[in-house]
Amino acid sequence: MTVGIVGYGAFVPRRRIKLEEIAKVWGADAPAYKRGLQLFEKSVPGADEDTVTMSVEAARNALARSGGVDPAEIGALYIGSESHPYAVKPSGTIVAEAIGAVPALHVADLEFACKAGTESLFIAQSLVKAGEVKYAVGVGADTSQGAPGDALEYSAAAGAAAFIFGADEDLILAEIIDSYSWTTDTPDFWRREYMHYPRHGSRFTGEPAYFRHTMNSAQGMMNKVGMEPKDFAHAIFHQPNGKFPMRVGKKLGFTHEQLETGWLSPWLGNTYSGASPIGLTAVLDIASSGDLILLTSFGSGAGSDSFVIRVTDRISEVQDLAPKTRAQLDEDKIYLEYGAYAKLRGKIRMAE
Amino acid sequence: MRDVAVIGVGMTSFGELWETPLRSLWAEAGLAALDDAGIDKVDLITIGCMSSGIFTGQEHLASLLADELGMAGVPATRVESACASGGLAVRAAFAEVAAGLSDTVLVTGVEKMTDVDGADATYALGTAADSEWEGFHGVTFPGLYAMLARIHMRKYGTTREQLAQVAVKNHANGLLNPHAQYHLKISVDDVLESTAVADPLNLFDCSPVTDGAAALVLTTVERARKIAGDKPVVVITGSGMATDTVTLANRGELAELGAVKLAGERAYAMAGRKPEDIHLVEVHDCFTIAEIMATEALGFFAPGDGGPAVEKGLTSLNGRIPVNTSGGLKSKGHPVGATGVAQVVEITTQLRGQAGQRQVAGATIGMAQNMGGSGGSSVVHILEVI
Amino acid sequence: MFSPARSWREYPQRYRLEAAKCSKCSKILYPPRLVCPECGGRDFTEETLPRDGTVVTYTVIRVPPAGFTEQTPLPLALVELTNGVRLMVQIGDVEDPETLEIGMPVRLEFRRISWDGEAGVIFYGHKAVRAGG
Repeated sequence: MTVGIVGYGAFVPRRRIKLEEIAKVWGADAPAYKRGLQLFEKSVPGADEDTVTMSVEAARNALARSGGVDPAEIGALYIGSESHPYAVKPSGTIVAEAIGAVPALHVADLEFACKAGTESLFIAQSLVKAGEVKYAVGVGADTSQGAPGDALEYSAAAGAAAFIFGADEDLILAEIIDSYSWTTDTPDFWRREYMHYPRHGSRFTGEPAYFRHTMNSAQGMMNKVGMEPKDFAHAIFHQPNGKFPMRVGKKLGFTHEQLETGWLSPWLGNTYSGASPIGLTAVLDIASSGDLILLTSFGSGAGSDSFVIRVTDRISEVQDLAPKTRAQLDEDKIYLEYGAYAKLRGKIRMAE
Repeated sequence: MRDVAVIGVGMTSFGELWETPLRSLWAEAGLAALDDAGIDKVDLITIGCMSSGIFTGQEHLASLLADELGMAGVPATRVESACASGGLAVRAAFAEVAAGLSDTVLVTGVEKMTDVDGADATYALGTAADSEWEGFHGVTFPGLYAMLARIHMRKYGTTREQLAQVAVKNHANGLLNPHAQYHLKISVDDVLESTAVADPLNLFDCSPVTDGAAALVLTTVERARKIAGDKPVVVITGSGMATDTVTLANRGELAELGAVKLAGERAYAMAGRKPEDIHLVEVHDCFTIAEIMATEALGFFAPGDGGPAVEKGLTSLNGRIPVNTSGGLKSKGHPVGATGVAQVVEITTQLRGQAGQRQVAGATIGMAQNMGGSGGSSVVHILEVI
Repeated sequence: MFSPARSWREYPQRYRLEAAKCSKCSKILYPPRLVCPECGGRDFTEETLPRDGTVVTYTVIRVPPAGFTEQTPLPLALVELTNGVRLMVQIGDVEDPETLEIGMPVRLEFRRISWDGEAGVIFYGHKAVRAGG
């Protein structure tokens, strides 16, 4: 059965903080960090924003592009995040209520570090492909934290992307040709229950974790469908900083042009479960009919999900029907100083 | 309908009365009014109190307090209409006497607000708003009036300086009222420079948190004449009450206090009086903007002229129509449930010629206007000396 | 503080902006009620509110009520939506309160409204954000 994306949308909060602002407080060498990580600024969620609120707006944008999909016909909804507002009580149910998909649907919250987003995409599209549901929604969203003064503080950001999957060929704007995942137990980055901030294995997060999984997943995906880098118009990789996705892309044989549309982290930061999914929305915003897209995520722990996606004729009808990702990234920004940032990210101990 | 007179008045000092619990405050005011009337038996007790539950954990107030005065067995009614609770307690009593259900009534109002901290007091007062559709979003009482102020300023050009003049005037009057919470002279600059509370209102645009109680004794004019002695008989000639939407989103005209206008019209009609007949008025200045809007709604000034009127001194103690000779809620204090009753205490005192340094010469007809929440309810009484 | 049940029963209004349209006089009621205040009608059809509107009046609350300390200063507004319905909402993403004005175009976005401390329930609803860049 054909399965594809019938609606897509992203939501990026308006607030930003520049890398220099953070570096100033911790006495770090801002220019060196910027060069080394290829990060300039990142998004910051307001006190009133969280994984749920961003997912609702992203899902609404996806519905706006879905050619009138009735939310009541959504049979499943999944949200992948590592910053669900509740440890116990699903985010997905709140989003399902807000978009009117309740009550006849299956909902689950997913978790797998930064890969939780593509996980929900994988499961959603698989259910549609199997004929289990008419429409299924997959969301990747995060408002994750980096420990103060840690390298991750420069990149931990907030954002959401939502995709509605269906089998109706009239509605599909991008077909899911195939998928492939590559998973091992690799403890590169983790957070124990009840701990506030994650920890990581420093340089161990590079070669044995990020690069090994993304390379194997992307290569395995291309082998599975018998394609090569030059067949693709765009490639999107998980983007924990600006440097890693470019490096893995080039290593696999992709050009800067193929990588640059989906490469948002220098201005967005690392939106964790939202990262490669938001990159996908940015690509879909400017894609043309017939474009082939390779999407490869990475989640610490570790694993990568890859998808081969082919854009259809319908894409040009829907791109303008909801806020575009690049516009959300570039327009209406509110810059914060570190004090306001710390207040919003709950790094200041409040009274009981 | 029988004619109803005020034969006794009493109130506690208003302020942060740490040592005094609610029931003692109430009893003190009640006894003062009974003593002033020279009676010790009543047929009914009415009590205006907004939130004894939230402030002190006590409901079932009417019975509790009746017993406090040794009057267990006497009918007692607690009345609530947010900040108009006191005025409504006056009206409830007036109605019973006028209708012949009771001959003599002890009318009281009380609020004990200082047993909770600031955040909880703000929450309690906020329950006068629409809890689901306004309170849910974090609105506060000052916030609601700030929104009304902004509309009034935009529509009529009312200025922050004019708002400040209200507070300055009321503080000047409060200096002459021994019961007032604040005996403090302030200037327009003091108001403008005070801490921002809800833009554009500052701390000195807002009435304070206060403990206090006030009381009246009402009876028939016939009985009043017999027992008044040498005190002038003060009659309630008009009583009007009106509701309006609590929720500002449903309010018709935001630049106008519709409930006050309606209640005023009803009081004027009953009393056969017009604004020009009134010699002085106590209005509900929970916030400076409320006084300006109330004077317009009661017909003392055309819509939009309330601000300039204060500026020109028309509402000061020796002005054309003295407003809030007591010091108003701003400097007298605003123990919520007591306010409406305290307003009638002031008017009665003025009409009897007993207001000392703040006496308005030749005052024979007075008015008291009490209001709840952001204008969701209002009670207006007109009193005259006979 | 709002209990879970109190908030939950208003989800159709808070989450989905569902209102009621009077079958007799077409007045739109938000939240819905049993009787139309305009014409006394008792029959209604479902109507969803639009998300675009303008600011009728506003304030910035500097002294917050309990539960809103972390979101202070708190801009609040009476917003009139394009279908004439008015509602009170916070204004979100305000960089400089001095830039707020009557007549400002806004759009409603799904946000956290308040939360019951660290351990209690989170209350979601809509806030208005400046529209049109």
